[in-house]
Amino acid sequence: MERVLMKGNEIIGEAAIRSGCKLFFGYPITPSTEVIEYLSANFPRAGGTVLQAEDEIGAINMCYGASCTGARVMTASSSPGISLKQEGISYSAAVELPMVIVNVNRCGPGLGGLGPAQSDYFQSTKGGGHGDYRVITLAPSTAQELYDFTMQAFDLADKHRNPVLILSDGFLGQTMEPVVLKERPKAPEYDKSWIVNGSKGREKRILASYSLTNEIGEKNNLYWEKKYNGIQETEQQWEEFYAEDAEYLLVSYGTTGRICKSTVLNARKKGIKLGLIRPITLWPFPDKAFIPYKDKVKGMVTVELNTGQMIEDVKLAVECKMPVHLYRRQGGMLPTENEILNYVEDKFGLSKEGEA
Amino acid sequence: MEKVFARSKGLTDVPFSFCPGCTHGIIMRLIAEVLEELDIIEDTIGISPVGCAGFSQDFFSCDFIGAAHGRAQAVGIGAKRALPDKIVFTYQGDGDIAAIGTQHAIHAAARGEKITSIMVNNAIFGMTGGQMAPTSLEGMKTVTSPYGKDVSTTGYPIDMPTLVANLPGAVYVASVSVDSPKNIAQAKKAIKKAFKVQQAGLGFSLVSLLSTCPTNWNMSPSDSLKWLRENMMPVYKMGELKVTEEVESL
Repeated sequence: MERVLMKGNEIIGEAAIRSGCKLFFGYPITPSTEVIEYLSANFPRAGGTVLQAEDEIGAINMCYGASCTGARVMTASSSPGISLKQEGISYSAAVELPMVIVNVNRCGPGLGGLGPAQSDYFQSTKGGGHGDYRVITLAPSTAQELYDFTMQAFDLADKHRNPVLILSDGFLGQTMEPVVLKERPKAPEYDKSWIVNGSKGREKRILASYSLTNEIGEKNNLYWEKKYNGIQETEQQWEEFYAEDAEYLLVSYGTTGRICKSTVLNARKKGIKLGLIRPITLWPFPDKAFIPYKDKVKGMVTVELNTGQMIEDVKLAVECKMPVHLYRRQGGMLPTENEILNYVEDKFGLSKEGEA
Repeated sequence: MEKVFARSKGLTDVPFSFCPGCTHGIIMRLIAEVLEELDIIEDTIGISPVGCAGFSQDFFSCDFIGAAHGRAQAVGIGAKRALPDKIVFTYQGDGDIAAIGTQHAIHAAARGEKITSIMVNNAIFGMTGGQMAPTSLEGMKTVTSPYGKDVSTTGYPIDMPTLVANLPGAVYVASVSVDSPKNIAQAKKAIKKAFKVQQAGLGFSLVSLLSTCPTNWNMSPSDSLKWLRENMMPVYKMGELKVTEEVESL
C-alpha cells in the first residue's frame, strides 16, 4: 500500500476520492481551503465534480440536492462557514441525507483566528442548527485517522442516512504527516430506494421535511429519535491508553487527545497511574467507555481547546461520581504535555514535596 | 362522449389548495402541459421552495425535492450536477428568488447552470400573510408597509429577469404574465422554450410570470388582474429579455 507525506486537509480530499465521492461543493475559508484546492486539482480527472459555490449556504444546499439523487457528496469549511451551513445541515438531517461535512475548527467566536480550537464541540454534537437532530461526529487526531475516518464517514452516512461531520482543526489540517493510502473497505450495499432521480417506472417521490400537522410532526420526531438512539447504542468509538489500571484519567480528543498521550507516558515515568480515554465519536458520545471506570478512578481531567464543552458529557457519563476538572487552552493556543501533567498533579495533590 | 379537455398528465390528482383567483394554478398547469408535451415528466426533478409555491411538490407528477427558503436553485444545481441528463427546474416565488435567495439566482445565471427557474412574481409575501417583498411596488400597501411602500427607505422593486439577463450564462430570460388568455398562451411558449434550452444543454433559463394575490392584495380576482396590468406591467420589463442565437435556432 502506498505511503505518502501529505498535508492533513489534502488527505481528506484524497480519502474522499478513494471513497467513491462524486461531488464536492465548497467555499474557500482558512484553515480548510486545501481541501477544495486539492480536489480542484485532482477530483476532475478521477471523474468527480468540484464546484466552488457563491457562498457556504449555496455549497451545503448543493450537497443537499446532490445527496437527494443518491450520489456521495462532501463539503468542507471552517467554523464561521460551518455556522452558515447550519440551516442546510438541519434540512439534510430532516430529509435523512447521507453527506460528509468537514469542519476544520478554527478559534472563535466571531471571525476569531486561524489557530486550532475545539470551540465547535457543542455545535457539532448537540445539533448545531434549528430543530432537534443529531449529526454523527468523528474526531481524528492523526493524519492516518483523517484518511481512515473520511472513508468511514461516507459509509456511516449511507448506513444511517444521516449527515456525518469530521471535526478536525487548524493544526491537523495544516500538518504534514505520513499516511498509508489504504484501499476502500468493502461497504455493504445500501438501500437507495428513497432517492429522487426521475420517476421512470415507479411512483413519483418527494424528498422534503414539511409537516403542518402536529400529529405527523410528533410522529416524525419520534422516528428520528429512535434512529438517533440506535446510533448511540451501536456506533460509539473511543481509544483507551493506559486506562486499565489508571487511578486518574485524562479525557481528550483530536489534537489534544494526541498531546495527552505524551502526558500519560511522562506521568507513568514518574509513577503516577494516569490513563487516557480518547473519544473518537463525539456524537454519539462514548459513554460506554466510562462504565468500567466510574466506580474505581479517583478523578478525571478533560483537556479541551475551549471553555469546557465536552466536560459536560464526561460528567454525565460518570454520573458525577468523582471530581472532573477541566484543563483548557483557547484562542488557538495548544497545551504542552507537561503543563497538562502539572495541572493533574496540582489538582489531585500528586506533587511530591520539594518537586513542585 | 368524447373527452375534449382533461387534467394534464404533468399534474397529480391532488386538488389545488390555492386561494380563489390565485394564478399559481394556471402557471402550474402550463408547466405540466409543457412537461407532458416534451415527454419529460419521468425525467424531471422539480425543486419546491418555501412559500405558496412550495405546495408545487404535491401537484406536479414528477419527482420533487423540497428546499429551504431561497435555496431552490442551489439544491437544483446539486441535483443537476449529479444527474446532468435529467431535467431540473425550480418553482419559486418572488420572495424566494429575489429576497432571501438572490445570490443563488445571480450565480446560477453567472455560471450558466443548466437548470430552468420559474419565478412567480405577485409582488408580495403570500404565505406569511402579505408582507412587503423586494418586488413590491412603490406606494404599495402591505402589512409591513401599511402606509405604502416608501422606496427611499425600503428600496425600489427588483426586476430579477432584467438583472439576470445581463449575465452571459443566462441564455434565455423571459418576463411574461398570466392576466389574459393571450398572455397565458405567450407564457406557455416562454416556459416551453426555457425547458427546450435545458434539453439542449445551452445554459441557464429563467421565466418570470407576473401573478396575482387577491387575498393579500385585498382585491377581487378580476380587480387583481386589472391591477397587475395597470401597475406591475409598466414597472417590470416584459417580453423575451434574452434570447441567444443558439436559443433562437432551437
